Amino acid sequence: MVRTYALLVWTWTRAAAQYPLSFALMTVGGFVVSGLDIAVIWVIFANTSSLGGFGLTEVMFLYGSAGLAFAIADLLFSNVDRISEHIRAGTLDAMLIRPVSPFVQVAADRFMPHRIGRVAQAAVVLGIALPRLDVPAGRAWMIPVMVVCGIVIFTSVWALGGAVQFLLTDAPEVANAFTYGGGMLTQYPLSVYGDHIVRGVTFILPLAFVNWQPGLYVLGRDDPLGLPHWVRFLSPAAAVALALVAALAWRAGIRRYRSTGS
Amino acid sequence: MMIYDLHGPDHAPGPPLEPLPGPHGPDRRVLISPPTPNRQTPDRQTPDRPTPTARSPGPDFGRCPAFFLYLRLVRYGFRRHATYWGAAAAGALTNTVFGVLRAYVLIALWESRPGLGGYDVGDAVTFCFLTQAFIGPMQLFGGGLELPRRIRSGDIALDLVRPAPLQMWTLSEDLGRAAYLFLARGLPPTLAGALLFGIEPPAEAAAFLVCLVLAVVVSFGWRYLIALAACWVLDDRGLNVMSMVLTTFFSGMMLPLVIFPGWLGSLARSLPWAAMVQVPADVYLGRIGDRTGGLAGALAFQCLWAAVLLGLGAALTAAARRKVVIQGG
Repeated sequence: MVRTYALLVWTWTRAAAQYPLSFALMTVGGFVVSGLDIAVIWVIFANTSSLGGFGLTEVMFLYGSAGLAFAIADLLFSNVDRISEHIRAGTLDAMLIRPVSPFVQVAADRFMPHRIGRVAQAAVVLGIALPRLDVPAGRAWMIPVMVVCGIVIFTSVWALGGAVQFLLTDAPEVANAFTYGGGMLTQYPLSVYGDHIVRGVTFILPLAFVNWQPGLYVLGRDDPLGLPHWVRFLSPAAAVALALVAALAWRAGIRRYRSTGS
Repeated sequence: MMIYDLHGPDHAPGPPLEPLPGPHGPDRRVLISPPTPNRQTPDRQTPDRPTPTARSPGPDFGRCPAFFLYLRLVRYGFRRHATYWGAAAAGALTNTVFGVLRAYVLIALWESRPGLGGYDVGDAVTFCFLTQAFIGPMQLFGGGLELPRRIRSGDIALDLVRPAPLQMWTLSEDLGRAAYLFLARGLPPTLAGALLFGIEPPAEAAAFLVCLVLAVVVSFGWRYLIALAACWVLDDRGLNVMSMVLTTFFSGMMLPLVIFPGWLGSLARSLPWAAMVQVPADVYLGRIGDRTGGLAGALAFQCLWAAVLLGLGAALTAAARRKVVIQGG
């Protein structure tokens, strides 16, 4: 499965490489567009020294770690939100009779390597923030763990969004509120949002485990909501649980799929 | 999809455009010769001529003055977009979710700096939901026009011989689009904001409506320039990205321009994008007291940029008419 995915992705990457200038411009474009987020954070901190109790470097760390996870998930798997196009065009039928998982095929279809620009932007922000934070070596191990868990969580959100499109084939944009909304939500410390939202993204859609709970551990901060200390280590569990739910939903979607006949 | 049934039944466009048999480019572009004086057809007209009925042998509109043509185009623009109500509803949901998230960020900022930029917390929240409501009508992420696609497909040649100037024709359709998206994507986020956070009522509703229309015209003026640039730049994605960055950041959609520091703030508040979001939001909030000229100054600022952008658009249309590139023709 992984090999097939890699092969498909490599094919689309070679196709994109046929237009090197376009590819380079789109990569730079992605870098600049997501750089706007950091410009907004910069303007905010030109007016204040702390947002929700967090300073500029801490916000940049939270932004960079979540942004990296989001951008990698976006690069690798976000094409599953095109599933409604495949349903309407009938191309899903062709995918279902091939001996490869339809998830892999949909995720790799029209893979866009220029999205690497966003990954680079988030990595740069994280790279600027980390040296200024002086994270003790005993806690730094959490950073790669949280990025990997974040990738799994965001990928699951995209898969859930894809599964919903089996029902809402005509309004695929509904999923954007959760995928891109989740990306936006995790850019800032959750302490700026209302308690209801924080509880919702802790216990229902576990976006708080992308960068908030593990980030509190890395930064050595207290949880403003007063959740126990061990919750900070639950990111892998939350990621696995959400991935299972997403897998079940996706399978249910595939099962109830009825071809348009076109 | 454009509307063709506006031409009278006796409308015969004739052969105004002919592909030159010259060498084809690598991507099989075919140059269309500029209209030469001896091939001047009744349809040829300069883009700045306002009334199509002013020409004597032109197509017959059945004594329908230009105004009604444009009014009809506005209606068609409205109806075309009204077909996709599902997409508009989903867009409204996304705008609302982002509005809620951004409202919290702004609340956190204003709680640490009360009165920042002359706004209180209520103003900031109202501003946030207004800007989310403007995304659809002002098309802040770019696009909304059919032109680039029609330039690439070559249909632009047909548009250029239509019995109304291309720019005004497109503007009319875009006003219809904006009117629909104002209802479908503008009202829901505002109502949701009012229910969830409570937002301020408009300070001067009538002035705000005028301001909204002007903001759409300014937005159109800018997007028309970007769209028409596809005549010269064949891969227009780079331009679109640049346009989106400039529009979202300098319009005030991401953060109110009143909190941009120092020279960046002064610059941002005088650029055309400010006329799309910041000025209508300020008029809504009644925060135009410190602006030179008050309400009249705000409207004059919008009118100025609308005139500049539409003027540039008219010049660019004239240039495009001389250099029409059709792909795949």
